Amino acid sequence: MAFYRPAAYQKPLALGLLVVLAVLPYVLNAAGQEFYIGFATRILIFALAATSLNLVLGFGGMFSLGHAAFFGAGAYVAAFCMSSGISEALIAFPLAMIVAGLLALLVGALSLRTRGVYFIMITLAFAQMIYYLFVSARVLGGDDGLPLTGRMTLAGFSLGSDSALFYAALGALVLALIILGRLTDARFGRTIQAIRENESRMEGLGYPVFRYRLVCFALGGALAGLAGALLANLTGLASPNVLQWMQSGTLLVMVIIGGVGYLYGGVVGAAVLLTLEEVLVGFTPHWHIGLGLLLIGIVLFAPRGVAALFGKCDG
Amino acid sequence: MAEALLEVRKLSRRFAAVDALKVVDFSVAAGEVHALIGPNGAGKTTFIHHVSGALKPDSGSVHFAGSDVTGLAMHDRVAAGMARSWQITNVFGGLSALDNVALAVQGRPDAGSSFRFWRPVRSERWLFDEAQNHLEQVGLGARASALAGSLAHGEQRALELAMALATRPQLLLLDEPMAGTGPEESARMVELIEHLARHVTILLVEHDMDAVFRLADRISVLVDGCLIATGTPDEVRADPEVRRAYLGDGA
Repeated sequence: MAFYRPAAYQKPLALGLLVVLAVLPYVLNAAGQEFYIGFATRILIFALAATSLNLVLGFGGMFSLGHAAFFGAGAYVAAFCMSSGISEALIAFPLAMIVAGLLALLVGALSLRTRGVYFIMITLAFAQMIYYLFVSARVLGGDDGLPLTGRMTLAGFSLGSDSALFYAALGALVLALIILGRLTDARFGRTIQAIRENESRMEGLGYPVFRYRLVCFALGGALAGLAGALLANLTGLASPNVLQWMQSGTLLVMVIIGGVGYLYGGVVGAAVLLTLEEVLVGFTPHWHIGLGLLLIGIVLFAPRGVAALFGKCDG
Repeated sequence: MAEALLEVRKLSRRFAAVDALKVVDFSVAAGEVHALIGPNGAGKTTFIHHVSGALKPDSGSVHFAGSDVTGLAMHDRVAAGMARSWQITNVFGGLSALDNVALAVQGRPDAGSSFRFWRPVRSERWLFDEAQNHLEQVGLGARASALAGSLAHGEQRALELAMALATRPQLLLLDEPMAGTGPEESARMVELIEHLARHVTILLVEHDMDAVFRLADRISVLVDGCLIATGTPDEVRADPEVRRAYLGDGA
């Protein structure tokens, strides 16, 4: 693999999609399908969470099975802010990012000394520890999670309507994609991608590999925290389910379906997986069978993910 | 004898119950080409790993440019001016030759931090200009845009050298730069190393004795993890113990 370079038509495609998304709430409202605004918001939020994992996994080459810990931590910070009377997202969201980022810094500092299967296991172990910690903490609602009394405000504007939250999630995702798009081309992005390819060579060129990995891991955690804070607003609850290892698995599946190491891999994966779930659930409660078939199909026909079908990481 | 740039004192390392390395005293003087030779399995690469920081000794110390670097990680030793090439070709195959060297330039302490998240590397022209210079230094100027993975073996070895040079080392650790190259490529590599030796101190591990005796100012002989001789090529060639243990009577 080489450095990530987007296909020429990626930008126009993304801008076109952005225009569609910008008018989507109006269209859905006019059509009387308000329900789908919430559904679309959910996709945007999971797209952000999966994108944050893709930074860690796809660009940083760190196969973390504990990403849900940071996603969930963000949700709990948002809920905790609400219950402490902080209902302004401009305060709560950055706080969620900082807490999730610091948590990732801590987990990363301890687990990034291992490699391969050990790294997968130790990130899983830390995530489960965090999960049980949250579940057993009475102040965090235990098994029931921590409900939000309402939605937050963003710079004074209420996120109470589904459309408002949709735009907030869209804004967060677009911002994250712009930043990550720049990052992959900047020094830091080239450094972590090269470390992904050949760690000892980078060490031999004078790069303190551990430090770059750790910062990448923490950035991914912080971004997941932002997604978590948005999710708490959407569902009105910081649930322990968001912290669970199954959730880490879901995010991984999204990234793998979408395209590991592709800027839009997380977005595509979240959209495909959640849409599929939504459609299949209408037919059968055993919708996971359909998901299984899709995964097999992807591995067979698009082993690098759906996003890879539309562009290539040259090399 | 000029001042020692690299000094290894009482270094020892055991793997399981085996003494892999017991080097009592070893030094490389500033400006010289110092070759390390010895039979397969003598511990030459293990020794290089200890000098470069890839491995830590059980006891003993490594001193570089006047300071004790035994506790420093590999990347810190590189930053201090010690660069290495690998025995097995170790380049980024999916990147162009130019990108490979540009990465090396970017990693240098005086090139500034790589914790930069916004400005595209492409806009930092000087990184690539300098990388191009290093490629030209090793004769790869015309191959800058070729994928490193598509280069011929000898070209890849030269690319490794360019990457090592881009870190602006005081000391180059070359682990079998001639390994796997044909006679022609080998001859070109010898010329290249001769040329580089004018600017940088070199510690060379090599099996090709013609190359070693042509390049080296001093030679050390490692057998079963112990240094059995150090001296000028003529001294080493004449040393009876070296002849018995390694060179054979024909040398």
